Amino acid sequence: MPGVARFVGLLALAFFVFAIVLVIFGKNPTKAYTDIFLSTLGNTYGFSEILVKMIPLILTAIAVALPSRIWLINVGGEGQLHIGALFATWGALNFTNLPAWILLPLIFMLGFLGGGLWALISGILRAKGWASETISTLLLNYVAILLVNFFVFGPWKDPESANYPQTAEFVNAATLPAFGNSRVHLGLVFAITALIVYYFVLSRTRWGLEMRAIGNNPEAAQRNGIPIAGYIILLMFIGGGIAGLAGMSEVSAIQGRLRPGLSPGYGFTGFLISWMAGGNPLGILASAFLLAIITSGGDILQMSHGLPGSVVNILMALILFVVLARRG
Amino acid sequence: MIGSFLGGFLSGAIQSGAPLLYATLGEVIEERAGIVNLGLEGVMLIGAVVGFSTTVQTGNAVLGTLAGGLAGGLFNMVFGFLVITRRANQLASGLALMFCGVGLSALLGAPYIGSRIEGLKEIRIPFLSDLPLVGTILFQYDILVYLVVPMAMVIGWLLFNTRWGLSLRAVGENPTAAFAAGKNPYKLQYQALFIAGTLGGIAGAHLSLALAKTWAEWMTAGRGFVAVALVIFSKWHPVRAIAGAFLFGGAIALQLQMQALGVPVSPFLLDMLPYLLSLGVLAAWGGAGRRASPGSLGRVFQGTE
Repeated sequence: MPGVARFVGLLALAFFVFAIVLVIFGKNPTKAYTDIFLSTLGNTYGFSEILVKMIPLILTAIAVALPSRIWLINVGGEGQLHIGALFATWGALNFTNLPAWILLPLIFMLGFLGGGLWALISGILRAKGWASETISTLLLNYVAILLVNFFVFGPWKDPESANYPQTAEFVNAATLPAFGNSRVHLGLVFAITALIVYYFVLSRTRWGLEMRAIGNNPEAAQRNGIPIAGYIILLMFIGGGIAGLAGMSEVSAIQGRLRPGLSPGYGFTGFLISWMAGGNPLGILASAFLLAIITSGGDILQMSHGLPGSVVNILMALILFVVLARRG
Repeated sequence: MIGSFLGGFLSGAIQSGAPLLYATLGEVIEERAGIVNLGLEGVMLIGAVVGFSTTVQTGNAVLGTLAGGLAGGLFNMVFGFLVITRRANQLASGLALMFCGVGLSALLGAPYIGSRIEGLKEIRIPFLSDLPLVGTILFQYDILVYLVVPMAMVIGWLLFNTRWGLSLRAVGENPTAAFAAGKNPYKLQYQALFIAGTLGGIAGAHLSLALAKTWAEWMTAGRGFVAVALVIFSKWHPVRAIAGAFLFGGAIALQLQMQALGVPVSPFLLDMLPYLLSLGVLAAWGGAGRRASPGSLGRVFQGTE
């Protein structure tokens, strides 16, 4: 596995450069790294929290990886996640009388629909040749986050939660079940299933074949009657829908209500994961694991090392830099 | 009432439009050289934090602006190394640069959260600034606002009336042909990226030194991406970018004025205005504008070996 060895070498380089940054800012990198790895991998609770973080990361990574098969660049995972959460919340707040076996599938579908429709805007703009999906998905992230804020500060604000901008708590029937006493929830099954389906569709179906044809040579694909515009719209919708599931599972299983700041940038991290993995399903799984550790590391650096939590963005960027800079 | 609203709106539009214009001009130069830089957001953040911290340390906001510009230019060289020397994908490299800028600026800026500065001083043009209404709208700004339109003109001249500009655009249209004609695409692209990074850094410093007069994490709030959209609107022309940037400055100012007046619309909905306007303009112009884009934009020059 020379590829894996090389990848580990590149990662080591990124970690080394970040260690230098920590030294420059007067921190002890050995202690920082030890703290990060011990608190995440050193005990059962820490490890279960890594699994919890991997759920939205895998889902938002697939949201990027699927459209990227035909060179679409979806940088809107963060926005699609927020709108998925918004739609799911609407269902959870309005159908409180339904039993769980109807309500949960309903908010699942609403979450998918919300994220899907949000990405569909960019898909249509791209398919019509009006605007690049890269820039439109980026701009729509800001709009989506503002839209969530509008609802939680305004019409959906729980009158009983005094000054906290948040919706009422979800009823039990709208809460995704968790495994045992942990916070690891059913979303993990969705994420792994989505990854397997993604793999099978790409490698074993006519759709996967046609997507490869478009990816390799769009003009030839067009001449062979493959509906490129249709694929652009469909892949953006499905990708966005999968990111929407990340938002749905965060509000339903983790937060129990909609509130601002429901995602610490999962959508952007998902983008990074998809790029690191080159869209490879196992690569997505491994990268999501690594970046879940790094994301948790941000909290640790903030709490016990007095650094702003967003410094882990530097480590993520360094990893992406070394991956991008390797030639061939 | 109407007069003060209009006055506040127009001066706000000019004030918010100026940093956007610096950033847009930088992106125009890069894209004319065939490189899309989505990392502009990160470059602006670096400019904002270096400009602000330098000003806190020295008490000199002009020095702060220069430091912010220089930092932006140097930071953009990281992007240059990736996309020019290592021939990496431009869009992914740009986003990586953005991540890096977000994290690095948070780290550099942490000690300066809550610091106060006097910021860039308003320069009143004698006599003209005393004119009723027009005086305050047109003649009471900091130095960077006065310099931005001449800057656009200078960049327009550089790109379209000098040998350097001709070579740069040739590289952006077709690097292989430019190389065959004796140009050095790598050198020209690095030069373009350094100038663009400097302008992006100045744009960020303008935000922290004249508009906000504070430092806050991710204070650019997507303006770097709005600038990338504005480049398409301006059809890759610096002078057309003037109109675009002030139009968007207007959207930002309108939102601030309506909030100040207490218009009963949620501030969150008003905040969406600049992003939705960017998107609308992009969609309306995008199809037609694509024909005006530099020929090799976004593609990797594979060299001649």
